[in-house]
Amino acid sequence: MDHHQPGHAAPVLNDAVPVRHPGRWISAIVIVGVLALMVQSVITNHNFRWDVVGTYILDVKVVQGVGWTLLLTVASMAIAIVLAILLAVMRQSDNPVLRYTSWVWVWFFRGTPVYTQLVFWGLIAVLYPKISAGVPFGPELFSVDTSTVITALVAAILGLGLNESAYLAEIFRAGLKSVDKGQTEAAEALGMGKGKIMWRIILPQAMRIIVPPTGNETIGMLKTTSLVLAVPFTLDLTFATNALANRIYLPVPLLIVAAIWYLVITSLLMVGQHYIEAYYGKGVDTNLAPAVINPAAAKAAAAVAPSAEAEPSLKMDFPEDEAK
Amino acid sequence: MTITTQKPLVRIEGLHKYFGPHHVLRGIDLTVNQGEVSVVIGPSGSGKSTMLRCVNLLETISAGRISVGDQLIGYREVNGRLHDLKVREIAAQRREIGMVFQRFNLFPHKTALYNVMEAPVQVKGKSKSDAKKAALELLDRVGLADRANHYPAQLSGGQQQRVAIARALAMEPELMLFDEPTSALDPELVGDVLNVMKDLAKSGMTMIVVTHEIGFAREVGDRLTFMDGGVVVESGDPREIIANPQHARTKEFLSRVL
Repeated sequence: MDHHQPGHAAPVLNDAVPVRHPGRWISAIVIVGVLALMVQSVITNHNFRWDVVGTYILDVKVVQGVGWTLLLTVASMAIAIVLAILLAVMRQSDNPVLRYTSWVWVWFFRGTPVYTQLVFWGLIAVLYPKISAGVPFGPELFSVDTSTVITALVAAILGLGLNESAYLAEIFRAGLKSVDKGQTEAAEALGMGKGKIMWRIILPQAMRIIVPPTGNETIGMLKTTSLVLAVPFTLDLTFATNALANRIYLPVPLLIVAAIWYLVITSLLMVGQHYIEAYYGKGVDTNLAPAVINPAAAKAAAAVAPSAEAEPSLKMDFPEDEAK
Repeated sequence: MTITTQKPLVRIEGLHKYFGPHHVLRGIDLTVNQGEVSVVIGPSGSGKSTMLRCVNLLETISAGRISVGDQLIGYREVNGRLHDLKVREIAAQRREIGMVFQRFNLFPHKTALYNVMEAPVQVKGKSKSDAKKAALELLDRVGLADRANHYPAQLSGGQQQRVAIARALAMEPELMLFDEPTSALDPELVGDVLNVMKDLAKSGMTMIVVTHEIGFAREVGDRLTFMDGGVVVESGDPREIIANPQHARTKEFLSRVL
């Protein structure tokens, strides 16, 4: 295992002239130039009205709009994720009824526009003025007015969440399928039940595949919430900034206000996604330097090396500090 | 090698297996006594792995019976008619049977220690501290006490396979199945895994070992079975069969692998 010649001098490292990359310099100059022009125009063009952006960026209505947009995003994604896990597991079930139900759900909610679905949820109280539960053709157990249960907020969350569940179900299905069959077999051979195998063995591994596209979907959802005026739900960020813009006849600065807030939230979501990915990547994505495997053996090898002079160079081969 | 009590633990009778139109197992009979090491060899495609997988129902049984102890595997017999067992009942049967796979199949998102602890805690309901103590003892037994907190990706193939053996042993099975446990290993790593298996055999564990390691069969095996084309061609004392095979096919196979 030892390629060193104990007792000999350390080798002279090659000092080669690296390849030059003039293309990098040219592209950098071009891009910096274009950027400078854009920045100059954005600053000097008075039509951007940065003073108005400054006035409204922390306006109460805008900040509340951010809050509602976040609530819509989080709540509808939560519903969508729970439904998607259920749908993906149903799709893999031995039970054909569950399999087909899952397929039809995805077919329907993916196959109609989210705008249409939101309008539909807004009109649900017209279709069904009362919600009641009871035995089919038998007595009624309870009954409530639909409009008190399905408020505009609930309609918006349901509309976004159910639509999204169809897309997420496909992402989860792909994730579950990506896990090697040997994992299920190993867990089965240990006598684990189906539920435990799914929750403890398959899903945690599938999450590595599921998280990146789900992060993508969450960012997409953040912006899809601007469609809730179809319900109509009128408190979200886009509606709030539009309303302000219409009042002061200045659409551009308020579009910038909205864009800034969407960018800020997206950036925060990306940070969150980074940590979730790191969590589910443990044992697989973590950089496993060879030194991690066996620092003790490396030391032992160094100790039995025939010459003491060889030791300093051996240490360079096994950077134990990197192992931590 | 080991002292056997001559009490049969595993009985395979008239086992057939179809994969669609393919008739993979064509009537296998095999008995393994308590404490015995039964080694199964044969060319690839001979059905030896399929037979092993039928024993813990990773493959369904097309025809025939397998029993382990007093349990009929996969079925309940009521008035002469077989009824499929429920998933939960199958899981209960599998708890008594440990299995080691060719490709290890360790859980990559769990450390060696948690791989070994998983089933005792989740299936048997052992407390975490008890399971941890037992798992560390098992890892020590397979020579990997110092690797407890390593993830599978940080272990060599031979180390992974030894963790897999410890994981199977953690359920305290009465039977261990080995499906070509050394076939995916670099040659210099095979010895460590075989040594663990030898120790296990010495401790009196009943084992069915599908392998290409003729040396292991000769040294540790109580019985050697040669399979080809979905049937048992020859079965008996390993040293006799290896030294003096009776069938032409056995002779030909042994001449190629020895």
